[in-house]
Amino acid sequence: MGIQSIYIVNKSGGLIYHWDAPLAVLEVEKTFRYPLDIQLAIKRDVIHRWRVTFGERDGIKVGYTILAINGIPAEGLKLQDGREIGDVLEKQENYPINIKFGKIRPSLNERMFFASTFHSLFAIASQLSPEPKSSGIEVLETDTFKLYCYQTVTGIKFMAVADPRQSNVDALLRKIFEIYADYGLKNPFYALEQPIRCELFDIHLQQAVEGIDRM
Amino acid sequence: MIFNIYIFDNHGTFLFYSEYKRLKKADMSYSEEGKLMYGLLYSLKSMCQKLSLTDSSGTFNCYRTNKYKLNYFETPSGLWFVINTDVNAIGMRELIQQLYQQVYVEYVVKNPECERGKPVESALFKQEVDEFLRRAPQFR
Repeated sequence: MGIQSIYIVNKSGGLIYHWDAPLAVLEVEKTFRYPLDIQLAIKRDVIHRWRVTFGERDGIKVGYTILAINGIPAEGLKLQDGREIGDVLEKQENYPINIKFGKIRPSLNERMFFASTFHSLFAIASQLSPEPKSSGIEVLETDTFKLYCYQTVTGIKFMAVADPRQSNVDALLRKIFEIYADYGLKNPFYALEQPIRCELFDIHLQQAVEGIDRM
Repeated sequence: MIFNIYIFDNHGTFLFYSEYKRLKKADMSYSEEGKLMYGLLYSLKSMCQKLSLTDSSGTFNCYRTNKYKLNYFETPSGLWFVINTDVNAIGMRELIQQLYQQVYVEYVVKNPECERGKPVESALFKQEVDEFLRRAPQFR
């Protein structure tokens, strides 16, 4: 699917909604000999995890985290049987060792961080403009995705992370604004600026994203 | 249309700046603007790495607002080139690569007077950059 994620950010930079495409899970399993020829580091987050920092090979990419060792799932820095992953990887007698790597989705904390960072970068981009009266960032292009941002006159930002080849994303964001007005704002239980928890909104957003190519 | 160009190194030193058709003058000092631009790029870069679901190696190429487009290019040696153009400019990545190859390497790297990590003060370099960009099809 062309759309990877949708984010809605309120006018003070708080994340009020996010949606992710059901993604094909990226997982790679490989058996290693001693010594380990990729570099790992602990990534600090709500749940600390071991993450690849150097030495891409056989589909294992930088940024992947350890999901399991010898078939035993990892839970943070430990394995499910209570052993520390760091200790397991250090000891030579544990080799050859089978490690499963995968890309995990950003945590809610990271998403909120992203929302507020983008909120301020959006303002800085318009301040640094060489032309007068510029808006903030509308499209951000990278090699692997494009980030679209539509800011309404009321200051709410609708953002979409999409495949670089996907068209119609601007129209989709306007459509989501319409859905937000219809099923978020008109819901008497919805408080302005607060996270959107409305079933009808979820359903219609899902339909809009699925129907992007028919717009 | 090319508005202006910024060059930074990977430690955040503001190496070079030149402007062409800039209508809105900066409302802050030269060095403050450099810092703000560096901060913007740094944050955008780290944000893009987090957002990418497939691969985290890619960095961003450009962003667009309704008035301008910021084109970004990073050399493997850690120099950051930024050129602001109008929204319709294309082929900027190649242009910046050529600028690096034909102007920066020739007039800064091969110039013994230019120290690494210090702002480029060579008048010849500025003249060559201006000439190079004025010759580019995207300049008009």
